[in-house]
Amino acid sequence: MAATPLLELNGINKAFGPVQVLHDVSLSVYPGEVTALVGDNGAGKSTMVKCISGIYQIDSGTVTFEGNQVAIHAPSDASALGIEVVYQDLALCDNLDVVQNMFLGREKKRGIVLDEPTMEQMAGDALASLSVRTLKSLRQLVASLSGGQRQTVAIAKAVLWNSKVVILDEPTAALGVAQTAQVLELVRRLADNGLGVVLISHNMNDVFAVSDRIAALYLGRMAAQVKTTDVTHSQVVELITGGRSGNIGLPPEKPADFGGDVVDITPGGDK
Amino acid sequence: MTTTTTTAGGVKVVKPTVSSYINDYWGRVRGGDLGSLPAILGLIVLSLIFAIARDTFVSGLNFANLFNQSAQVVFIAMGLVFVLLLGEIDLSAGFASGVCGAVVAILLTNHGWDWYTAIPAALVTGLVIGFVLGFLVAKIGIPSFVVTLAAFLGFQGLLLVLLGGGTNISTRNEFFNSLNNDNLSVTWSWILAVVAVAGYTFAQFNQMRTRAKRGLVTDPLGIVLMRVGGLAVLIFVATAILSQERAINPAINSLKGVPIVVPIIGFFLVLWTFVLGRTSYGRHVYAVGGNTEAARRAGIPVDRIRISVFVIGSFMASIGGIMAVSRASSVDPNTGGSNILLYSVGAAVIGGTSLFGGKGKIINAVIGGAVIAVIDNGMGLLGFSSGQKFIFTGVILLIAASVDALARRRAATTGNR
Repeated sequence: MAATPLLELNGINKAFGPVQVLHDVSLSVYPGEVTALVGDNGAGKSTMVKCISGIYQIDSGTVTFEGNQVAIHAPSDASALGIEVVYQDLALCDNLDVVQNMFLGREKKRGIVLDEPTMEQMAGDALASLSVRTLKSLRQLVASLSGGQRQTVAIAKAVLWNSKVVILDEPTAALGVAQTAQVLELVRRLADNGLGVVLISHNMNDVFAVSDRIAALYLGRMAAQVKTTDVTHSQVVELITGGRSGNIGLPPEKPADFGGDVVDITPGGDK
Repeated sequence: MTTTTTTAGGVKVVKPTVSSYINDYWGRVRGGDLGSLPAILGLIVLSLIFAIARDTFVSGLNFANLFNQSAQVVFIAMGLVFVLLLGEIDLSAGFASGVCGAVVAILLTNHGWDWYTAIPAALVTGLVIGFVLGFLVAKIGIPSFVVTLAAFLGFQGLLLVLLGGGTNISTRNEFFNSLNNDNLSVTWSWILAVVAVAGYTFAQFNQMRTRAKRGLVTDPLGIVLMRVGGLAVLIFVATAILSQERAINPAINSLKGVPIVVPIIGFFLVLWTFVLGRTSYGRHVYAVGGNTEAARRAGIPVDRIRISVFVIGSFMASIGGIMAVSRASSVDPNTGGSNILLYSVGAAVIGGTSLFGGKGKIINAVIGGAVIAVIDNGMGLLGFSSGQKFIFTGVILLIAASVDALARRRAATTGNR
């Protein structure tokens, strides 16, 4: 598919005090593709996402967006570039309706009055572009939505702003079978619309169902970024649990790889 | 039968009809979204009981009295709705209104200021009080319960100090005293009634027209007509009753027309309803009350919102204080004390504002205030003692809070999902 990555991370390092959480991590996100980011607990997935979204500052390394090197210091920098993150807990207000949630903090106004018709129309367009047909009304309270519908609203909220990269943190973790299928279909459609999608997941079935590429993190290092078609289920599991599988992945473990300091690689620093 | 329609962007939605709209409403009520419904039913039931027990309850004189008596509570409750929307509480609102009332009375009587300088001074006092409370809660991080409990005691003391240890200061400014005692002329009463109904009708149809023009789903015409018609009947009947001569001896002192305080309540009802429903500030208040973390991530300045609701709360308390002083034409160390605060919190909660934050409207304060006023007034007419009135009001407040808690639990378990 597309040759140049939309978002490219190179040699990212991030430490919290003495704990080095990310070592020299690189990642490429291509437009029109779903890149699955996998790894065990504490591998550094969430830290990496927070670095991309501007919640954490990187210690060293470069971030390239659409060919230009950029610096992301705050969440607003990320949204200005067109990078949106859908967090696991979705961050929706139960007491507001679908449209109100989608525009929260970025309401359209005419004078001092909220421009509800425009917002409703834009929200409708965003949902339609994702072929969402399961909502009874755009003015439904989020409290009355199912888990899958909430996820849909959260994802639609992310695409509303002409975003180019959407990062989804475990979007199917809390969903049933049918709803998982719906959300995965939605994830696929995001990519088909030309966006770069990063899918964080623990579920190998989900990863193989929708992703084009798989990036496996192991103890804060990027073990491998491979095409989904090139690897098997068990190879990915080996990458996650051991950092290598056959001839792909990190080189065999040598003390030097870890800077000679065993404390550095202690997992669980992923805070 | 439901027909589907296509709204913005081709999303298929159910096109509401009058019956589906009512079904939806009933579904929401059963799902725990009660709104003001229990309060309205309670108001009707209580009014009927009192009307049967004592026919003076339904006299025009008593009807007008209800507005004047409840004004202070209604104004304070309107401010408390903002505070409650964030899941906070302001226990000092009663005595804050007393302090602001004392400020206006002292300036009018002791310093000879006129009403147009004394009233703004009291309002500014309210704003300052609210800012201090809000700052302590939002920036220092003290629970609002503690901050305002301390302020409750502090303001009670401040009121005593301001009044020189318990003297009574009376106000003689005619305009000031007329605010919560006198009535509009019959002509002006009708003009205002017509303007109010016309304004509401225009707003409803204008909204419907704009939405229809953009191809969005509109409320069914039947429902809009019912709303407009219902409000028109309510306002016109009330105006008609209040336009009757209600003085016991009209030759000496004629009493007719809508009390001046009614359009003032109406003004703030419209103003704050607009702010909460149609501005991004109001949207952010609901968001912070519903899910603070989501609001923070959406870039909403949570601390500033938290301070602002206390500012609005104390500002409305200052208006309540002004109305209390105007009504009594004097201020004493118990102005805003006694049951005023609990009646105000009760009014907001009985009207349907949730104590848990995120749910409530300004109209709740008015409806709840009416319930409180009817209980207080009706039981007084029936010759119950103050003690018995307090017990009954306490029970009503407990019932309202239980309804709130149960409805919330029901909404969580059925989740409407």
